[in-house]
Amino acid sequence: MKVAMTEYLRIDLKSEKWECRVCDHEIAPARGNYKEGLLVHDRDPREIHPPIIDPDKYRFTFSPDPEWVRILEYCCPSCGTQVETEYAVPGHPPLYDMEVDLEALKAQWAARGEAAAPYAGPAVVRDEGHGH
Amino acid sequence: MNDMSIAGRGKLPSAEEAALVKKFLNDTTLFLGPDPEIMQNHDLMPRTADEDEAIAKVADSHIIAKIRDRIQAGCDEGYEMVEQMGAAPGAKWGDVITGVYSASGDLAIASAGGVLIFSALVHHPIKFIIKNWINDPTVGVREGDGFIHNDSRYGNVHNTDQSMILPIFHKGRLVCWVASTVHEGENGAIEPGGMPSMAESPSDEGLKMSPFKVVENYQIKRDILTFLQNSVREPKLQYEDMKVKLFACLRIKQRIEETLNTDGPEALVSTLRLTMENVRAEVKRRISEWPDMTVRTYIIQDSTLRENCVVKINCKLTKTGDRLIFDFRGSAPEFTNRATNTIVAGLKGMLAQVFLCYVWPDLPRGQAAFAPIEVITDPHSIVNCSYDAPNSQSLMSIFTGFTAGQHAVAKFLYSCPEKFTKVHAPTFNMINTFVWGGVSQHGETLGNLCADLNGMGAGATVDRDGEHALAPIFATMADIGEQELNEEEVPFLQLVSKKMTRDAIAPGKYRGGQGYTMMVATKDSEQWGFMTVCQGAKIPPLQGLFGGYACGCYPLSKVKGVDVYDVLLNTPEKFKHSIEEIMNEQPFEGASYTTHHMGMGFEISKRGELFMISQGAGAGYGDLLERDPRGVIKDIEEGLISPAVAARTYKVAFDPETLAIDEKATEEARAAERKARIARSRPYSEFVKDWSKPTPPTHLQYFGAWGDDVETLYMGSPEKTRDAEVPRPNYMPHPKDVRIAELEARLAAVGAMGGEKQ
Ligand SMILES: [Zn+2]
Repeated sequence: MKVAMTEYLRIDLKSEKWECRVCDHEIAPARGNYKEGLLVHDRDPREIHPPIIDPDKYRFTFSPDPEWVRILEYCCPSCGTQVETEYAVPGHPPLYDMEVDLEALKAQWAARGEAAAPYAGPAVVRDEGHGH
Repeated sequence: MNDMSIAGRGKLPSAEEAALVKKFLNDTTLFLGPDPEIMQNHDLMPRTADEDEAIAKVADSHIIAKIRDRIQAGCDEGYEMVEQMGAAPGAKWGDVITGVYSASGDLAIASAGGVLIFSALVHHPIKFIIKNWINDPTVGVREGDGFIHNDSRYGNVHNTDQSMILPIFHKGRLVCWVASTVHEGENGAIEPGGMPSMAESPSDEGLKMSPFKVVENYQIKRDILTFLQNSVREPKLQYEDMKVKLFACLRIKQRIEETLNTDGPEALVSTLRLTMENVRAEVKRRISEWPDMTVRTYIIQDSTLRENCVVKINCKLTKTGDRLIFDFRGSAPEFTNRATNTIVAGLKGMLAQVFLCYVWPDLPRGQAAFAPIEVITDPHSIVNCSYDAPNSQSLMSIFTGFTAGQHAVAKFLYSCPEKFTKVHAPTFNMINTFVWGGVSQHGETLGNLCADLNGMGAGATVDRDGEHALAPIFATMADIGEQELNEEEVPFLQLVSKKMTRDAIAPGKYRGGQGYTMMVATKDSEQWGFMTVCQGAKIPPLQGLFGGYACGCYPLSKVKGVDVYDVLLNTPEKFKHSIEEIMNEQPFEGASYTTHHMGMGFEISKRGELFMISQGAGAGYGDLLERDPRGVIKDIEEGLISPAVAARTYKVAFDPETLAIDEKATEEARAAERKARIARSRPYSEFVKDWSKPTPPTHLQYFGAWGDDVETLYMGSPEKTRDAEVPRPNYMPHPKDVRIAELEARLAAVGAMGGEKQ
């Protein structure tokens, strides 16, 4: 059984691996940090959040300060999908952000039965109106 | 002293001796300060004998539901009264809550609208009254009494919120409490408006009302009222809103009495108790549906509102079975002389909003929803500050704490089949607005703020863009008020308002909702000024979700040496309607154009000078290369993003004239970008070898734990640390002293100090 854990990651309970949901690439052991199977890029935040006012004239420009914060971009080595981002203080070790208790996950899904596609959550639907 | 320290010695005291010691200590307490026993506990009080008895008599779920709906309607009625009649701007936009509390002080049922953070926080002062005043012969709690409170160290968020608390009796027996709380604004602090960022100690924070009696026989005591009015800048507001809150409480009391008359006290007591117990049990059941996991995240505050520095809010969220534990250890140490600290109850109240507003909005509003969830912090931390630390800008830490919680929770919810809302990227979390004060065009002394803070951009969800300027994270059903009505009472105009700030984006497969520009200028007063109280001018205060990006940064821009009202009268074509144009084109000759972080202390403004800010965007969700190109073009058409930024960021190819999408070229550009990503990125293990450093960078003043080691808290430099468990003073120098020292060093370096004696 495979359980979708995030928009782009799933865990194969049988093989005990993190997998890419876009290209099925096997990323890393599910008992560990999925980031270890991804590629990382240290992005200058000004490239994503462009200065709105002139950086030659002003100290503050609407862009993050690249000396103060960086964006770590994690992508799938096979398909290049951006799986996660992490706004990080320069030099701060990346976080082990999802440490899964695999045995508990297996037990939970064994009780639930086959994993369906993840449910997006309740939608706002038009009311039928009062019939009386 | 606690029981443990008595038991530590060789001989254990008998129960009789222990009781005697306790009585001695109680009788000789010189000051009833905030009580840790009350303040550190957010769970429900144990069931009382009265409650047991009531539940034994009435437990039919239909009767309980009927009475709960009646009480809920009464709370909503009280809420409406405060919102319609209250004088504080906060009341008008719904920064209010009304509720019914059990006899032990737990909030059982609250109004549906308003600021739900209060729902987890007003029980503390009630428990203080129960513990200290009921049996005190000099105070007592009687029918017709009312108690007032605002000191956040005894409960609630910050000292600008005031509560009115009434005990409700039935045939001489206390059956419950009702309370009404409003963000009043002015409270006599060192700066107007009630949330001073300049406060360096609690003594700078204005009125400090521990819970005390201010109403007898349903009448406000005039002598005490006069003292309170004499302590604040808006004496009329103080009186008016005390009356409004009192009458709202009396209306709820009337609804309770109707229930008491029709169904009896047992039905009421049983309803209050079972409502809380059922919600608590349901929350544990819902948590058990999540995957067992630990999620780690951190949010970076980039200022204390006085100076820029790096302040970590560290969050580790662990779910095991039906337990959920927020571990905020490793967050920055408390600042001894900065106002951004929060008491831990405030943090918990805000975390409760993650669930009540964003995860389980179907649950009855009250204290029970967060009751079973655990919170761990370091002592004297920025998220659990001491009695001696100022906390008037606690919003900075409770909002970033909220975002850490919201970000972490989303990672649990994705795989959970049972959902009550959609998985949601963090919503913008800073109150980007103007706090204002001074003397109005009508000669009134005022101090308050623009309700625009309620226009926070929403985070994107799993299948939808975030809504623009939607609602504040602490009250999903609030309003931004009518600016035109406001302008009749204050001597300034919002010259630009509700116009979206272009390119201040949070990209993703679904983008965050954006914020709007605010430009204000004083017009009809020589004694009027503004302040801003936000972080996020250097580092975004959010994280993105599942490959989405956070928002960018939001500075304060000022234009001085101009009277824009003259410009509008004489050369209106020179006035521009965006910060981008005014700052880049500098259209007013001779004016000065400057940018600043968002912690502007109260500053008197001259007629026609411009102060300009922008609301912030919620975070994006998912890989931006998956964004529907039509969504990108729509954003261009709506002025949210410029064509150049859109093309560069989203890799969408379109005709610059017609905005027609070139599907094939877009497809190719995106495929090329995915390849480029792989080419420029490095394997994780290789990357961290260069990237990860053992200590914080020397060029930043960094506060909090570094990496996985949460035992050591950095205090501004790699050399200065504290043991997380052992509090240590953490003073910041005055920013002007820092600047003077810098300039003097420069003067000395060029030998220009003129031989000044030292
Ligand atoms: Zn892939």
